Amino acid sequence: MTLTTIAFYAFAIVLLASAVRVITAKNPVHSVLFLILAFFNAAGLFVLIGAEFVAMILVIVYVGAVAVLFLFVVMMLDINFQELRQGFMQYMPVGLVVGAILAVELVFLAVTQLAGGPVGGQANNAPIPPVDQVTNTEAIGQILYTDYVYAFQVSGLILLVAMIGAIVLTLRSRPGVRRQQIGQQLDRKRAEVVQVRKVPTRGGV
Amino acid sequence: MSDILAQLGAFWADLPLIVRIIAGILVIVVPLLIGMALLTYFERKVMAAMQLRQGPNLVGPFGLLQPFADGLKLLSKETVVPVQANAGVFFAAPMLTFLLALVAWAVIPFGEGLVLADINVGVLYLFAISSLGVYGIIMAGWASNSKYAFLGGLRAAAQMVSYEVSIGLVIITVLLCVGSLNLSKIVEAQKTVWFFIPLFPMFIIFFISALAETNRAPFDLPEGESELSGGFNVEYSSMTFALFFLGEYINMILMSAMTVILFLGGWLPPLDIAPLNWIPGPLWFIAKITFVLFCFIWVRATLPRYRYDQLMRLGWKVFLPFSLIWVVLTSGVLVYFDLLP
Repeated sequence: MTLTTIAFYAFAIVLLASAVRVITAKNPVHSVLFLILAFFNAAGLFVLIGAEFVAMILVIVYVGAVAVLFLFVVMMLDINFQELRQGFMQYMPVGLVVGAILAVELVFLAVTQLAGGPVGGQANNAPIPPVDQVTNTEAIGQILYTDYVYAFQVSGLILLVAMIGAIVLTLRSRPGVRRQQIGQQLDRKRAEVVQVRKVPTRGGV
Repeated sequence: MSDILAQLGAFWADLPLIVRIIAGILVIVVPLLIGMALLTYFERKVMAAMQLRQGPNLVGPFGLLQPFADGLKLLSKETVVPVQANAGVFFAAPMLTFLLALVAWAVIPFGEGLVLADINVGVLYLFAISSLGVYGIIMAGWASNSKYAFLGGLRAAAQMVSYEVSIGLVIITVLLCVGSLNLSKIVEAQKTVWFFIPLFPMFIIFFISALAETNRAPFDLPEGESELSGGFNVEYSSMTFALFFLGEYINMILMSAMTVILFLGGWLPPLDIAPLNWIPGPLWFIAKITFVLFCFIWVRATLPRYRYDQLMRLGWKVFLPFSLIWVVLTSGVLVYFDLLP
């Protein structure tokens, strides 16, 4: 067994174990922490197959940003998990069907891949540049920003629409809220706000 | 002399990989921990000088042994765990903070070829590790089961996520000028001119964001002793507190090292002329880090703490649009003058 194999099994075992703990942990915050551990180990697996760019982006985007906000929300929530569990049996058939469909699709994909058939259509038939000539950062950049630039831009636009939609849905103008007007504060002149007066003794202002 | 060096080099190359890696780790970590101890001393002395005080001057010559005395004191104290605390997460949080602070140093180039792991995506690795730093704080805040600690943790999460965005855009601007994610290549690209001259506004933004990212004054709201009485680490004592403390200071050194690598030419001398390039690269690197650290401390001694909404406004409404405009501007200039690497 080489070092890479040992590392692979270590990452894979921790990944699967923490993935199981995500759905079995009683405490929702523990679930999110195990989810983060799972992301982290997935990044380790990416490094092992030589996709270091994807690994780093996975850590930066999912662990560093998405999961932080996730944890943020879960910590603030006051969820009673006993109550949530009561509906478990009721929803289980639907969940099993969805899971079965996904599993079957995954098997189909693996079988076609093993048979040597094309999986991703044209993208898979394009020649793959040798690894020693182009780093995978460059390769991903080439595909995203040159070969499929319009598809990439469209997906960006969809995200933008979703973002604006979320803002529009939550924005409500509340009257009577006092806000700091920084420009106004900085514009104040001494003459407008400070007054020097001669105060007579025992006279008061 | 060169004979001995060649023999040493041959001896080094003969050692098994695992021994070389462990030796490399020790060569980085031990000076780093000593440097961290000296940084606390340096901070107290500099702030004392700025406020017309003496600073530590009793333990050892000029008070130099003060940080070690402090460390010893912390070690000998009792670790108190709150009854309602979530023990596992409570102890994992300081360990995680300390671990992440150390792990990032694997990719820092101290000189030409002097780097433990010369990986292709060095900048992204640093960025990833520094964005993980928030977990230690947020876990500590939650696991302590105390309202002050929790508020501190929430503040830290929002603050660090906000400032990461502008740090990311600053890094993109630098990468546009370099054309590589490798840290050594970033330093070598600054042979003609250090990036803080052409990208001066980004340098300032990066420095301020680094202050916010490491929770240093004037952005130390997660600690905020005047309103949160210590913030996320209020329930921590003894060694667990010491680990947070170590983590914070090592992160400060790390962010300074990042500033030096991205903007101040890493191990390169200011001018490649006779007396300056006699000094070895690592010494230049350390000197520049010390300068940036001095600025960190200078800011702390000078400025009052920000209010929380001001902090958020600065991050999202000032830095984000400004750095975004600079990314577009830089790439425009590079494309127009055909300077893209």
